[in-house]
Amino acid sequence: MTDYTAVDRIIKSYETTKTPLIYILKDVQKAYGYLSEDILTRIAKKVDIPLSEIYGVATFYSLFTTKPKGKHIVRCCNNAPCYVKDSKEVLAQIKSYLGIETGETTPDGLFTLEFTSCLGLCAVAPVMMIDSEVYGNLTPEKAIAILKDYKVKGSSNA
Amino acid sequence: MHRIHILVAMDAHTISQGARSVKDALVKEVALAGLADDVRVVETGSLGIYDKGVVLVIFPDAVYYVGVKMEDVSEIIAEHLLKGRIVERLHYLDIPSAEGEVGEKSARIGKQERVVLRNAGVIDPESIEEYIAHDGYEALGKALTEMTPEAVMEEVKKSGMQGRGGAFFPTGLKWSFAAKEKSDEKYIICNADEGEPGTFKDRLILEGDPHAVIEGMILAGFAVGAHQGYVYIRGEYHMSIARVKRAIEQARAHGLLGKGIFGTPFSFDLEIREGAGAYICGEETALIESIEGKRGEPRNKPPFPPSVGLWGKPTIVNNVETLANVPQILRKGAEWYKGIGTAKSPGTKVFTMVGNINNPGLIEVPMGITLREIIYDIGHGIPNGKGFKLAQLGGTTGGILTSEHLDLPLSVESLREIGAGMGSGALLVVDDSQCVVGLVKNFVEFFVHESCGICTLCREGNGRLLEILDRLTSGHGTARDLELMEELANTMTKGAFCGLGQAAPIPIIGCLRYFREEFEQHLEKKCKTGRCTFEAADTAAA
Repeated sequence: MTDYTAVDRIIKSYETTKTPLIYILKDVQKAYGYLSEDILTRIAKKVDIPLSEIYGVATFYSLFTTKPKGKHIVRCCNNAPCYVKDSKEVLAQIKSYLGIETGETTPDGLFTLEFTSCLGLCAVAPVMMIDSEVYGNLTPEKAIAILKDYKVKGSSNA
Repeated sequence: MHRIHILVAMDAHTISQGARSVKDALVKEVALAGLADDVRVVETGSLGIYDKGVVLVIFPDAVYYVGVKMEDVSEIIAEHLLKGRIVERLHYLDIPSAEGEVGEKSARIGKQERVVLRNAGVIDPESIEEYIAHDGYEALGKALTEMTPEAVMEEVKKSGMQGRGGAFFPTGLKWSFAAKEKSDEKYIICNADEGEPGTFKDRLILEGDPHAVIEGMILAGFAVGAHQGYVYIRGEYHMSIARVKRAIEQARAHGLLGKGIFGTPFSFDLEIREGAGAYICGEETALIESIEGKRGEPRNKPPFPPSVGLWGKPTIVNNVETLANVPQILRKGAEWYKGIGTAKSPGTKVFTMVGNINNPGLIEVPMGITLREIIYDIGHGIPNGKGFKLAQLGGTTGGILTSEHLDLPLSVESLREIGAGMGSGALLVVDDSQCVVGLVKNFVEFFVHESCGICTLCREGNGRLLEILDRLTSGHGTARDLELMEELANTMTKGAFCGLGQAAPIPIIGCLRYFREEFEQHLEKKCKTGRCTFEAADTAAA
C-alpha cells in the first residue's frame, strides 16, 4: 500500500497556485522517484482532473517518468551541435561501458541512460548531464572516467 | 573599500569546467593571504569566453585568465595580487568587450556592440544594487513617473524592434493588440523555454543580467495594462531558474515588484513557471497550455494570444532577448536604437556560434554583419585545417547557407530573400568532413523526438523522412526516395499545424538544393566523407 502523505502534502502546498499540475507532478516525482499508476490516481482524485488527462501530461514531458529509474540519470545530447563534434562516438562508448541501450537502466540500478534535447552548452559540445550536473568537452575517455567516479561514489554509499 | 575585484565567470559552461571550486579556493586563499579587505571575489555571468575552461578577470587591471585550475589559485594570488606580475601562462588576450571598455586589440570587439549583453560579465547578476548602479531600473522610473502607457508603447513601436524569439514580429505592434483589449486581467509572459539546438543566448542573459529581463517585463506590463507576469523557464536550466528567482525576490524587496511601484498606482508582480522537458513549449500557445498544467500542444490560431491567451485572457509572450532590449530603448530612445543595425532590421542580434569553429560562443553584433565576419574574424575560422561546408542559421529548423552566402549581410530581409531566416540566432558551422545526408538524418531524428504528435503531417511526416534517410545512409536508397523526400518536405511546410512542423523540413529542402549531388552519390553507396559505412548497415539490416 502506497503511503500518500507526501502526495497530499504537496497538493496542499499549491492550493493558492493557479493550474499547478506540472509543479505537483514534479514535486511528487521527486518524493517518490517516479509517477506510478497508484500515485497518479491519487492525484487525479485530489485535484479533480480526469486520470486520463493527468496520465497524458505525465507522459508528454521528458522530465517525467511513469517507471522507476536508476539512482543517476545520464542524459546525453546528440543534437546537431553535439553531433558535428562526434557525440555519437561518446554515446556509443557510454552504452558499451554501461552495457545498456538508451532508455534502459543498469541491472545494479545505478544508472539510467537517456537522450536529452539541446542543453544550451554547445560551446563546450559534446555534453551530457548527470542528474543536475553538466559535463562538457567530452571525449569517450572523459565520459567513462566521469561515470567511473559516480560508480565509486555509488558503491561506497551503499 | 575593496581595491581589487576578481570576477569569476559563473555560467553553465564554466561551472561544467569546475568554476565553483576555483572560486571557493580564491576566497579561501585571499583570506589566508590577509587580503580580505582589499580583494573582493565576485561571481559574474559569462565573460564571453567559452571553450577555455574556468575564466576570471581581475580589475582594475582588466587582466583575463583562462583555463584556471585549483592549483593555479595560489600562483595568481602570489604573483598577480601580491607582486603585481601577470601570470603569463594563463593570460588571455583575445578578450570580449563590454561597451568598448576593455581589450581594444581584439577582433571580437571591433565588430561587437553590446546592448542586451552590456552587463553580462560586468556586474554581479545576484546583486540588484550593481544592476541599479549600471543605470538599471532607470527606464522603469522614467516610464512610470513621466510617461503614459501609450507613450511607452509608441517608443517601442518607433524603435522598430522585432521580436528576438525567431519570428521577428514587431514588438510594439504586438503590444498594441493586447493594449486594445478590454479585460479585467492581462498577462505578460517571458518565453525562456530556450530549446532550439545551438542556442544559449537566453540562458546567458538570464544568468548574466536577470534584472534587465524583469525590468523589460514590468515595462511591457505597464504599456499593455497587465499586472501579472510569468517567466517560463525550461526545467533543464537549473541555474537560470535560481538566478531569476533571486532577482525577483530582490526586486520585490526594493519595491520594484508588487503594489504601487515607484509610488505610482501601478502594480505588477512576477512568478516563475518551470517547464518539464518539451521543445514544442517554445511555441507560444503550447507554452500557454503548459502553464495551464496541460500537455504542451499548440492551439489553433487565430485567436492569437494578445486577444485570447493564458486562461483566456489577453497575453503578450515575448522572448528573453526582446525583453532585455526594452529598458535600453526607453532609456536611450527609439532614435538611438534605430541607429544600430540596418534600416529594416534595427538593433543588435545575439548569435551563438557553435559546431566546427575555433572560437565558439556568444556574440552580440549589429544586424547586417556578414557570415564571413562571424565565422572567420570573430569565430577564428574552422579548426584542424578543414574547409567550410555549410552553416545553419537559426537552430535545427534553420535555413542552410553555403560558401556562396559568406558575404551576404545578415538581416531579416536579406535572409528572407534566400528562403532562410535568422531564427534564434544559433549559427551552426559544419566543416567539410561531415556527410550532409548524415547531418540531415540527425536533424530529422530530433524532430521525430520532439514532434508533439498532434498533427499527422509532422508526426508521420518526420517518421517517414527518417525511414528514407535510414535507407540512404545504409545504401538502400532509390531515386524515388529523393523525390519522395522532397515532395513530403514541401507538403509539410504548407500543411503542418504549427511552426515546428512547417519549419522542420526547411534544412532538408536547403541541403537538397545545395548538395543534391551528395545525396545522389549515396544511391550508389558512395559517401565521400566515409562517414556512412554501407557494409555495416547491410549486415545490420540483414
